[in-house]
Amino acid sequence: MATTVPHPSSARPWTALRDRLLKVAELVTTPLLPTDYLDLVDPLRSGADLRGRIEAVQHETRDAATLVIRPGRGWRTHTPGQYIRLGIDVNGVRQWRAYSVTSDLGRQDGCITITVKAIPDGKVSNHLVHRTRPGTVIQLDQAAGEFVLPAERPGKALFITAGSGITPVMGMLRNRAHDDATDVVLVHSAPTADDVIFAGELRALAAGGRIRLVERHTDADGMLDPATIAELVPDLHERSTYACGPVGMLEALEAHWETAALTDRLYTERFRPRVLVTGEGGTVSFARSGTTVDADGATPILDAAEDAGVLMPSGCRMGICYGCVLPLREGAVRDLRNGEITTAAPGDGVLIQTCVSAAAGACDIDH
Amino acid sequence: MTALQKKPENPIAHLSAEDIEIIGKELDTIRQEVRDSLGEDDATYIRRVIDVQRKLELGSRAALLASMFPPAWLIGTVGLSVAKILENMEIGHNILHGQWDWMRDPKIHSTTWEWDMASPAAQWKHSHNELHHTYTNVIGKDNDLGYGIMRVDEDQRWHPLYLAQPLWNFINACFFEYGIAAYDLELGKNLATKKRRSNPEFRAAATQVLKKIRNQAGKDYLIHPILSGPSFLPTLAANFTANVVRNLWSHSVIMCGHFPEGVETFEKTSIDGETRGEWYVRQMLGSANISGSKAMHLMTGNLSHQVEHHLFPDLPSNRYAEIAPRVKDIFDRYGLTYHSAPLYTQVASAWHKVIRLSLPNGWLAATTPKNAPAQIVKLVRMTTGGPKVRRALQQAA
Ligand SMILES: Cc1cc2nc3c(=O)[nH]c(=O)nc-3n(C[C@H](O)[C@H](O)[C@H](O)COP(=O)(O)OP(=O)(O)OC[C@H]3O[C@@H](n4cnc5c(N)ncnc54)[C@H](O)[C@@H]3O)c2cc1C
Ligand code: FES
Repeated sequence: MATTVPHPSSARPWTALRDRLLKVAELVTTPLLPTDYLDLVDPLRSGADLRGRIEAVQHETRDAATLVIRPGRGWRTHTPGQYIRLGIDVNGVRQWRAYSVTSDLGRQDGCITITVKAIPDGKVSNHLVHRTRPGTVIQLDQAAGEFVLPAERPGKALFITAGSGITPVMGMLRNRAHDDATDVVLVHSAPTADDVIFAGELRALAAGGRIRLVERHTDADGMLDPATIAELVPDLHERSTYACGPVGMLEALEAHWETAALTDRLYTERFRPRVLVTGEGGTVSFARSGTTVDADGATPILDAAEDAGVLMPSGCRMGICYGCVLPLREGAVRDLRNGEITTAAPGDGVLIQTCVSAAAGACDIDH
Repeated sequence: MTALQKKPENPIAHLSAEDIEIIGKELDTIRQEVRDSLGEDDATYIRRVIDVQRKLELGSRAALLASMFPPAWLIGTVGLSVAKILENMEIGHNILHGQWDWMRDPKIHSTTWEWDMASPAAQWKHSHNELHHTYTNVIGKDNDLGYGIMRVDEDQRWHPLYLAQPLWNFINACFFEYGIAAYDLELGKNLATKKRRSNPEFRAAATQVLKKIRNQAGKDYLIHPILSGPSFLPTLAANFTANVVRNLWSHSVIMCGHFPEGVETFEKTSIDGETRGEWYVRQMLGSANISGSKAMHLMTGNLSHQVEHHLFPDLPSNRYAEIAPRVKDIFDRYGLTYHSAPLYTQVASAWHKVIRLSLPNGWLAATTPKNAPAQIVKLVRMTTGGPKVRRALQQAA
């Protein structure tokens, strides 16, 4: 709150002047910062922490909704397929989650959209889909992620999606992934026809001949496996393939592409890590915030610490972005994805990803 | 008062070890229930208080830009005093206790908050949260008892210097924020020897305090007066007044928390191997509440619920009122005294104690209009005589 941001002096006179004015403003508001007062008036202004305002909530299916978000002035746009991190207060507690951006870059109103599917017992997804009101101000982070089309569009593309996994792909389709150069096939599965998010828009694209759409309703037809996909899309191996969906589906696809020695033509986006091994927990202490937490062996240290009120750095919360890395001064942690144990002796300061690491004994974290 | 352990009638003699543990369990249950029910309403509450406080401060400072006009001066000074009190009490003190950390909002968190106070948040958190709240009312451990400069207990030997204690206490009240900064720095102890003075840790801490004081004083006594142009002096006076009002108010509230007659103190050795139940009971006996309206609770930062605050220092302050009846019920069922009285009663009681202890043991109680001249002679002799004379006269009493 009162951490004063250093203002590097600049050669440009107006920057220097602005910096000096800011310094004076800080003298006027200390111990708070000028932003603490400006936030009362305009939380979306430029120079503020990036935030957004929810302008509308549009229902897509019985458990999915699209949120139209007006990002703050600091928003730097996104590449279709990327995700944003969003922080929202659920029951008074700030929660951060990642959501793929689904909007068209050419939107006139400057808003972006995300589409959320409420999962059973999901804290944030249910809040966003069922309880969020327009006008709510949320915290945002700039777009990130590698799940994007290359600058040079592939001649033939295949998208394989399931459930809410359609979102990053919809972000691409709305931004003309299907332009004339690309021959697009989309294989999408959902429990029933009514559960298909963006059904109308996808079917219209197919009817207009822009894409070939293969819809699979798993309640009636069963799960999609790679063998079936190979039957449905005979030229599958000639296509650059982009897949997003449940962990099990992605793993089956990866195995199949590996057997075909085509791993470099498969790109996947995961919404959550696969937890493989859990073990004994331990006491995790955070020296600088003076907190000690008893964490079990299945809970990421990130979650355990946040539940105890520690402010933790975080990002994707699933082990890909390294936004949650902190030094382990001493102790042992287990990587929940593969069971690997990392230990640190005093003074080591081994960097660990707290979002996919659970305590495996007493831990002392430098934070 | 005398440390509880030395009293002829120990107020907890009737409690068995088992009773004490059950009290601890009952209080743990209350704590957990509140924790589990924290939610959006609580978050809305603290954000609203912060919002109102900031707007009130902005408005008052704006009014003071024209403080050469008496009505503007008056409105601005009153508004700023209230804003400063809210900022220190309901907002700063409670956020720094970690009462709102559960919201995980980095803007309202004990590790990021800084307040309008001479003592930097980090230093205050150490001496207040870690020492005072752990060693509440333990003589020699809890320096909040008289801030290390006062005689707070009959068992401390009387010295003529203590006659100045009421004056001292009043001056401390007026400049309370600086007193607290000095106390957080353990200034008395650290300035005592050359070795301590040159200790780099102490020096770093002192530098931080000086920087903080420079910022806060610079803002109130230089920057805002300059912004007021021709109203320079009236604005300076207004800011000074608001700071003194805030200091007097917070000093009074804090004195009411542990100093009124009837609040117990404890011996150092009594807390060795203390159980959770025993810790709770010490907090119950060592604190006193202030009764009053909602506005009163808000302005004291809910330290008017000092008993509840000391039992649950990290539960959000807006919840103390609702659990107070249940806490009082525990006191009643276990035959303990729940101290609660209006502000003026508690302030008077605390001052009475300050004055009583500034005088030799028993002197104030023994003095009547009739024997006043004789008592005064005795006091003068005790003041001017050496330790031997004092001891002899004290024993004769
Ligand atoms: C890069 C990225 C992009 C994402 N994009 C989207 C998107 O566009 N739309 C969208 O709806 N979600 C998306 N997600 C998932 C989203 O971030 C949340 O994980 C999801 O909304 C669940 O959060 P929650 O708070 O509701 O569930 P939690 O309360 O965190 O979890 C409740 C339970 O559900 C399980 N669970 C958590 N996540 C999932 C999941 N994805 N599927 C099934 N079970 C789960 C948990 O293990 C737990 O048992 C994305 C995630 C990532 C990492
Ligand atoms: S939060 Fe992204 S790697 Fe941990």
